[in-house]
Amino acid sequence: MKTFEQWNGFNGRIWKEEVNVRDFIQNNYKPYDGDESFLAGPTEATNKLWGALSKLQKEERAKGGVLDCETEVVSGLTAYGPGYIDEDLKDLEKVVGLQTDKPLKRAFMPYGGIKMAEQACTTYGYTPSPELHKIFTEYVRTHNQAVFDAYTPEMKLARHSHIITGLPDTYGRGRIVGDYRRVALYGIDFLIEEKQKDFANCGDGTMTDDVIRLREEIARQIGALKGMKDMAAIYGYDISKPAHNAKEAVQWLYFGYLAAIKTQNGAAMSVGRISTFLDIYIERDLENGTITESEAQELIDHLVMKFRMVKFARIPSYNALFSGDPVWATLEMGGTGLDGRSMVTKNDFRFLHTLENMGPAPEPNLTVLYSPRLPEAFKRYAAKVSIDTSSIQYENDDIMKPYWGDDYSICCCVSATETGKEMQFFGARANLAKCLLYAINGGVDEKPEKDGSHTQVGPAYAPITSEYLDYDEVMKKFDVMMDWLCGLYVNVLNLIQYMHDKYYYEEAEMALIDTDVRRSFATGIAGFSHVVDSLSAIKYAKVKPIRDENGLAVDFEIEGDFPKYGNDDDRADDIAVNLLGMFITKIKKHHTYRNSEPSTSILTITSNVVYGKATGATPDGRKAFTPFAPGGNPSYGAEQSGLLASLNSVAKLPYHWALDGISNTQTINPDAIGHSESERITNLVQVLDGYFCQGPHHLNVNVFGTEKLIDAMEHPEKEEYANFTIRVSGYAVKFIDLTREQQLDVIARTCHKVL
Amino acid sequence: MSEKTVGYIHSLETFGLVDGPGVRFVVFMQGCHMRCKYCHNPETWATGCGDEWTAEALFEKAYRYHNYWGQTGGITVSGGEPLLQIDFLTEFFTIAKNHGVSTTLDTAGNPFTTEEPFYSKFKALMEVTDLVMLDLKHTDDKAHRELTGWTNENILQMARWLSDNNKDMWIRRVLVPGITDDDSELHRLKDFIDSLKTVKRVEILPYHTLGLFKWEALKIPYPLEGVPTPTEEQVKHAEDILGIVKE
Repeated sequence: MKTFEQWNGFNGRIWKEEVNVRDFIQNNYKPYDGDESFLAGPTEATNKLWGALSKLQKEERAKGGVLDCETEVVSGLTAYGPGYIDEDLKDLEKVVGLQTDKPLKRAFMPYGGIKMAEQACTTYGYTPSPELHKIFTEYVRTHNQAVFDAYTPEMKLARHSHIITGLPDTYGRGRIVGDYRRVALYGIDFLIEEKQKDFANCGDGTMTDDVIRLREEIARQIGALKGMKDMAAIYGYDISKPAHNAKEAVQWLYFGYLAAIKTQNGAAMSVGRISTFLDIYIERDLENGTITESEAQELIDHLVMKFRMVKFARIPSYNALFSGDPVWATLEMGGTGLDGRSMVTKNDFRFLHTLENMGPAPEPNLTVLYSPRLPEAFKRYAAKVSIDTSSIQYENDDIMKPYWGDDYSICCCVSATETGKEMQFFGARANLAKCLLYAINGGVDEKPEKDGSHTQVGPAYAPITSEYLDYDEVMKKFDVMMDWLCGLYVNVLNLIQYMHDKYYYEEAEMALIDTDVRRSFATGIAGFSHVVDSLSAIKYAKVKPIRDENGLAVDFEIEGDFPKYGNDDDRADDIAVNLLGMFITKIKKHHTYRNSEPSTSILTITSNVVYGKATGATPDGRKAFTPFAPGGNPSYGAEQSGLLASLNSVAKLPYHWALDGISNTQTINPDAIGHSESERITNLVQVLDGYFCQGPHHLNVNVFGTEKLIDAMEHPEKEEYANFTIRVSGYAVKFIDLTREQQLDVIARTCHKVL
Repeated sequence: MSEKTVGYIHSLETFGLVDGPGVRFVVFMQGCHMRCKYCHNPETWATGCGDEWTAEALFEKAYRYHNYWGQTGGITVSGGEPLLQIDFLTEFFTIAKNHGVSTTLDTAGNPFTTEEPFYSKFKALMEVTDLVMLDLKHTDDKAHRELTGWTNENILQMARWLSDNNKDMWIRRVLVPGITDDDSELHRLKDFIDSLKTVKRVEILPYHTLGLFKWEALKIPYPLEGVPTPTEEQVKHAEDILGIVKE
């Protein structure tokens, strides 16, 4: 058993025998069921630093979204000297470390693809270094290059038509959460020792592909761990040993995360479940009298400030998919342990309180792991902060815990992953609305090419030629078309993940995860509600395709009423459940890379707009090339029975068929939710309790009126809108950072309001 | 109640948060005799139309949302004027009470009378009603007739009956500038409320014009054309007179 003087006062023994942060937490955390009255306001240092950062954010917006961009230095753990929010205020920073040498400056990350890295520079008026261009085109292969070399023509076509899209073939796949707490609890040297043991025990000496690859990966992980020490040394810290106190624990942990965001530009770079862990250190310091509540809050505020500063250089097509510059620095609070104890600590209040101390913000993506059994005072405080800031999302701890235990993190917007034990292969989405149109049109894409022609993308199965669509015929053809799509989709992902491991391996994150890692293979669905309503229309009303001169169905006439998903009507909701079951069954038939466990999701982020734009009219009455509803949400205007009917519909989708998550975003008018603050809080808690006890996965709660959105769109310059944050599918954005198209899309969605 | 009474329903709202305590399933009944000049649901005036429901089916529908109700929420029947369908209402509330569900009646009291057969039916209804939200549109009879086309005598009588029979109520007032908000009227209303023993809450509902489009759709001339919505100060002023303190 290891012993360190830094561990004095901590209980338990298994976590001292091996790397096991969960065991440490369970043996040492103190549940808190009191209210928020203990919280401290911002310190003078916090106000000064946040003031400086807010000023930089304003400049960033004024410059078109990017404040500064690296063109000469390739990002890496030790590529830069130290950087601070403000040179004059650097002594005030309780937590230090930037991605580059300057705040909000975007690093140059060419390993995902040199073209994209360069385009990101040129888009914002920067000229990338010709020397780096030469290196990364002539001497070094990138992930993007490798993937496109290996793609089949069919894959390229599917990508072009957007039946499969948002693929991580031009940027980092992300969604890998290093267990950054390990740096604080164990120090880097112990982690290296453990990895060295793994290296020594890797394989029986027979050099199979798997063993060779793993040996190389462990070697790279050990290299990354050493690099982290060097990186910390640049800021004057030695992180080879465990953290002594709360301040060091926060700093050590942040260095672990900083290593990840200096080396990877993944679509999602989650922080993980750090709140309860850090509370243990703060509690020990509070007991020892070495920290005050105000200082504890300051530490958390400064850590969160750093998470608010994470930036990556992105290209316009990426921004169209994931609007508002998100990084998904997702961070969890709440949850319950396997032993039934609440895992809410004072620190969970402190993290929520950052939204009050420094105002609302989209990052970090604050996620409450919700259970109706969480302490009432915490539920009420979270609801209060939700009502005031619209910056929190809720996920159902009661349904995730059986799959992921009590130490899981949210690795992207809503997807769970067991912290330090698991990694995920992120795989974008398949467009099922388009797949349905392919079934009707015999695999010909309904969106004309620039020359007006239509491309045969899917297999040339016989199209439907009848005057009215027959449900049984459509289902038969949809079934085989989906077979084709799922097979192709899984294979595209297999290829991408293989190349990503080879050319853009996440050694810094994987160094903080067990060597014997479990892998999940995340697929996704886009256009879900439109397929459900389309099938319902075909089944319960009469749908007549309008065909063009080539016989291609380009629009649909619906005669009669039909039940729609989102009204708690089993006729439509059963179609939704079946659709999900059909898709995941087909996905699971196929071999998945590195024997990963296939799963799927119904979450689209803001890509519902882009996917919709690429997809023709659908039989539910959705117009051609208009946005889809986001994630698992019912279609706009389909919900006719109020919010709770909509929630009940979404709650029917079995989580275990979509273990990667089902996002649901709802907006409530503040006037409609209650007459007084206390009533509004009570009512929102009641809604959350009533919803989550039925077994759904996720809920984004926005509380504002349509008028505010319209005013913010028209007057983004108003001070009050500078940090106006809203929840979209699985993350939060500053509303004024969305494209106008996406702003209009958000406004168009049903705002549940009672007259 | 062996015979199945049919209720005529205008619409349902699964997520009512300002129609009684907590989260409530709100049933908007079809039909109302009053013609309030500021009515924001004129499409609920007509009687004998609307969706037909049995009390059982409607309760089954409502009960799908019981998870959201907790200790405080439940069912509210509003309208239109629910008391016009008192048989259906009593049947519906009886089923609800059998399931331990809280029942709220949102009414303007216009059908109230102590004459039979209504009076007995009303007493039976009150047996299964937990809370009455009574909309007092004006305390002055003349002004009330001007505003709604009907006397307020039986409505004030109903309020006193509820008080005398120990039935909890919330009193509501739609605040229309220049029509229901002058100080003398508000003081009169305050005096009347003070004379009642079971008022648990008084609410000001600021007049709004969000229902205006419905009048246009129904091609009925809107009598309050040009009347402004009250300012926040006006609402606060009225609340002060009525002694309303928000938590």
